[in-house]
Amino acid sequence: MAINLDIHLKRADKIYYEEENVSGVIALSSNTDFKHEGITLTMEGSVNLQISSKNVGLIEAFYNSIKPIQLVGLTCEVCGPGKLPSGLTEIPFEIPLKPKANRSLYETYHGVYVNIGYGLRCDIKRSFLLKDLQKTQQFLVQYTPGYNVTPELPLKEKRTPINFELSPASLTSGRSGAPDFLLRGHIESVCCNITKPLKGKVVLVKCALPVRSIELQLVRVETCGCAEGYAREATEIQNIQIGDGDVPHNIPIPVYMVFPRLFTCPTLLTTNFKIEFEVNLVVVFQDDHLITNNFPIILVRE
Amino acid sequence: MVDNSIEWKTLINTNLMIKRLHPLPVNDHPLKNIITERIPRKILGSIPSTGMTTPLETHISLLEPLTRALRQLDPLSDFAMEEMDPLSKLAAEVDSQEIPETKSIVIKDAENNIFYQMEPWTSRRAGILTKYTTSEKLSIVTSFLSEGEKVTVKAQSTAIDKVQHRLKQLDSFEEGSQHRLNLSQAEYITKIEQLNKELVIAWNTEQRVKALKIAIQCAKLLGDTEVLSFYPSKFVLITDILDTFGKLVYERLKTKAVCIKSGSKTLADLPEDFTPDMVSDSAKETCLNWFYKIASIRELVPRIYVEIALLNSYRFISTNECNESLQRMTDMIHGIGNPLVAVYVRCYLCKVGITILKKKLEFGFLLVNFTGFLDSYHHIFSRGVKTELESQKMELPTYITLYTPALDFILEAVNCVVNESFLPNLLSVCKKKKNSSLILNTIMSGFKPAYISDRCMEFLDMILDSSDGGVPLYHLLRTLGLCITVCPPPSDQRREILAIVWKHISSFDNPDEYITCAEAWIQFVVECFSSRELNTVLGDIIEHMSPNRSFEKHYSVLKLIISKVVSQFQDFEMLLIMDNFLPLVDIFHEESIKVEVCKNILTSCNGQYKTNDPVITNALMFLCGILHDSVNALTPEDEYKQIGEILCNVMRKVNYGRDFEEQLNFFVEARSAFSNIDIVLAELVQQVNTLSVNTRQIMKGMHNRKTAEFVQACAAYCFITIPSIVSEKTRLELYLLSGQVALFNQCLGQADACLKAILTILPNLEDASAKSELFLESYIKKLLSTLLVVPDNPDRGVVGLLKSLLNVIRQLEWNKLNCNLAILYISVLDLLSSLAKEEYPYHVDKVESNDALYGSDPKFINEVNNMCSIIIREILTLLQDLGQCRRQSHIATELFVKIVTRSDLSVKSTNTLAINLWHLSMKNGYADKSYMIRIKNHLKRRSEATRNLHLQYVVDKLAI
Repeated sequence: MAINLDIHLKRADKIYYEEENVSGVIALSSNTDFKHEGITLTMEGSVNLQISSKNVGLIEAFYNSIKPIQLVGLTCEVCGPGKLPSGLTEIPFEIPLKPKANRSLYETYHGVYVNIGYGLRCDIKRSFLLKDLQKTQQFLVQYTPGYNVTPELPLKEKRTPINFELSPASLTSGRSGAPDFLLRGHIESVCCNITKPLKGKVVLVKCALPVRSIELQLVRVETCGCAEGYAREATEIQNIQIGDGDVPHNIPIPVYMVFPRLFTCPTLLTTNFKIEFEVNLVVVFQDDHLITNNFPIILVRE
Repeated sequence: MVDNSIEWKTLINTNLMIKRLHPLPVNDHPLKNIITERIPRKILGSIPSTGMTTPLETHISLLEPLTRALRQLDPLSDFAMEEMDPLSKLAAEVDSQEIPETKSIVIKDAENNIFYQMEPWTSRRAGILTKYTTSEKLSIVTSFLSEGEKVTVKAQSTAIDKVQHRLKQLDSFEEGSQHRLNLSQAEYITKIEQLNKELVIAWNTEQRVKALKIAIQCAKLLGDTEVLSFYPSKFVLITDILDTFGKLVYERLKTKAVCIKSGSKTLADLPEDFTPDMVSDSAKETCLNWFYKIASIRELVPRIYVEIALLNSYRFISTNECNESLQRMTDMIHGIGNPLVAVYVRCYLCKVGITILKKKLEFGFLLVNFTGFLDSYHHIFSRGVKTELESQKMELPTYITLYTPALDFILEAVNCVVNESFLPNLLSVCKKKKNSSLILNTIMSGFKPAYISDRCMEFLDMILDSSDGGVPLYHLLRTLGLCITVCPPPSDQRREILAIVWKHISSFDNPDEYITCAEAWIQFVVECFSSRELNTVLGDIIEHMSPNRSFEKHYSVLKLIISKVVSQFQDFEMLLIMDNFLPLVDIFHEESIKVEVCKNILTSCNGQYKTNDPVITNALMFLCGILHDSVNALTPEDEYKQIGEILCNVMRKVNYGRDFEEQLNFFVEARSAFSNIDIVLAELVQQVNTLSVNTRQIMKGMHNRKTAEFVQACAAYCFITIPSIVSEKTRLELYLLSGQVALFNQCLGQADACLKAILTILPNLEDASAKSELFLESYIKKLLSTLLVVPDNPDRGVVGLLKSLLNVIRQLEWNKLNCNLAILYISVLDLLSSLAKEEYPYHVDKVESNDALYGSDPKFINEVNNMCSIIIREILTLLQDLGQCRRQSHIATELFVKIVTRSDLSVKSTNTLAINLWHLSMKNGYADKSYMIRIKNHLKRRSEATRNLHLQYVVDKLAI
């Protein structure tokens, strides 16, 4: 007597905004009638923080993993103890997406040290001899476009194109090892709409050595606050090649990168943790010499 | 039943009124075939894109003797002429193997597609595959071909898990254990096909991630140019896989868009021209996922290729996304450092773009792609390429040709969307570039030849200026030549153009370069200039080809040149008397090729004209001689026949008008020259007979001494020519014909000799076709009807010829069951009863036949009657031998009819015989009842009309 439990959300993309109703059906199918001690549906959302083992010892990291921050917690009883008929039973539900008191909702995000996730959990209690049934269904939360969760960000000033010029002289490491080259470029804005790609142009004006590759590296910078202080970690999300091989000189090469879903979210600064992003422009020369230029970026949802 | 002493008396006077039909002269034989005199020729290279094929390839089809024969001899095979281009021929073959689906799409689109003039991709594909090959080892990096998947599929509970898992899989593919395989070209191709299958299998077994991985891996192979000369072919093979992948994704999304709709109980398929708002959310979501996934592909080249492959799927998300990403990718290609890789990505982008987009306004990206290529043009000559060429030991010109398939495609596509005013802009851009030969070459082969021709001088200047290491001068001149061939430049410039071009062509020392160039230009010379220039040019060719016997390596090109000259040059006579034409033919030292060339020349002269010029006749005889001498015991039947027909054709060309003696002399000469070929001899006999008949026509039958001698000479010619013909059947027919013609010309002795010759051949037949009874029966009947008018030779008694003929046919082996002999005998009865008439039904003008000679002399009549009796006896014996059967009944009926109509029924025995024959034929029910009734009715009417009581008596006795 197999009982299948499933939660179907109405929206195919599973994206919900604050104050909206998360709606769908609980689908139960069984080939026989069965009794239960009550069905509950729980909506949960939390921020999970973890401290990098680089900053503290491994064991400490394990113990010190900070208690998750609950953002949403709502349980409702779908029905009391009773009996369900055989066949497919669909129970529609609708739960408003609201943060707990004194909390606000953050966008879904999967990082290395910070994870923000939301889910629905359906529990069916059975009499003590039988196993309880449980099913979870993740859903995604996004800010309504235009909503800014961190008002302190200097958005206005960042909306202008940034021009840059790279040459051996401009390198912080000095001239050591780098061939004679000149790279000019611009980025349309470092304050980016998360749904729109990062755009710009680079032009290799001259270069003594052939270039092997020009790449864009998207980096997340996660900061966790804990008892021992702050831990700030930068890890790569993705690396996108924009120039392959000895690219022609004096021809603009587009800078273009789509921000991946789930692994990016609007830049988030809170008291307990921060999620920020950076883009590195990496030029690799034939002799494996590598230069990078770092652009901190601000992601917003518009 | 059979009475052995049958008495026959021919019925000489019937009271029957003879109705005569009015003869009318006719100009045409009603059974003559309708033959088109001139075979339309297709101008070679009218498809501009063929301009890039190397000459060697163009000849593949021409080398095959059979297709050539078909093309030029059979008037019905005009269609074969269309198939000049080996590429499209190949394409046709490939097409038939292609999935029918894609083909139908191509056909459907062709109607309203602005790109319909472009050479279809399939034909290009085949062309590239045959042209760009390698013997070097190729390597393939893959994790699919010999290993299973490393990542085990876990139970995935949530969508996020799934995505993570998939990305993990992607990562593992990036880093995972891959290995290089070193393969030969053929192995490489099979591996690629294997990957293609693998991809489809993976897709069909729901392993979409694996399918994507295969697609990415394939695309990655295109970033690698380790064996340069194979790269274009590799491109073709791999983009096939990518196309498959793109199609799979598209189809899947399309069905998905439908499936979800079923929830609302409307199971509607998406229409062909759906808009994004008709697409269900879940399909959109899946589609977005695909694009997010490919956006995260690390490497540039695979990312662009895979995105291009999926371009069509943008339609599920938004209407303009597709066009935008086309523009974007056009820009992104600038990031590809290897210019060869970049230009092929552009090619793929254009290829996919033009199949997806519909509106003309959106095709701007094509032009951007071309200008994009121009912008980075100098990069082709950069250090990166130089080092690569050095390591692969490739010359720059060869390297440059690797670009042409892609560039040609792009420019041709551009050509379909821009107007003519674009060309000057492009040219000015081109002028500013250094090393512009590749661009020039592409422009010349990509644009409409008319554009190029109009600016021929300008191009010529640019070609001569662009002395870089790229496309070599001879190649550029050749491309220009091909354009000019299709569409000649303004007439006032032609002379100058030729002067400049030929100056350069003749300065090439390398015979390869020289001849490929000359081949492209020769048609222009032939079409636009007089024989004087052509003569000079041909002389130049001979001069260049002669040293070191370099012509030996270029037979096929030389052959092509000759065929271009003969097919285009208007005045064939002029050609033959040209100083340098026949010497050019002489350059072919290899027998078989020489024969090919001669055939080609001679078949192309089948226009209407006739010649009597001794120089031309001589030249023709010279060419024919080559052909004739090539025939030997090993020559295949078809070849023999073909050569024979060509020679016959030439024989008909030479016409001395009313100078009949000269004509006859020519035929005598031809006979001695072409004695090996039957049909030529037969043709000669026919021609001489025609000559003889024409002579009589002119003299209106009244020969004077001179003409009489002439016709006798003609008859003699025939008489001595015929025996050297091998085919017995032809010999028999020609003897009869010559006999008839001789008779017609009052050469009684010659006619008699011919007929006697027939009688000597007949008993000794060996050839199966001559021995066939079907032939013999009709032939002998024909002979019998001729014999009626042949006057008796006084040396041999009454109807001597007929008697000998009867003896001969009796001796022949006849099939007993068919009893054709009896049928022939019945025909002899007809002849005999006609011989006995006072005036024969037909005569030869001015020849006195037996009716006049004997004047119905009773002795003569008696002789005839006796022969009839003997014949009837023979027939009756045959009938008896035959036994009772349908055939017997049939013959008996025939004989009955002859007897009642031809003989005098007042003779009692004849009368009885007739009645007996009737009963015989009615016996056993073998007779055709309705036929018999009709006979009886006819006889009844006849007897009433002629008041022939005996006949009436017989008719009354006839029972049915």
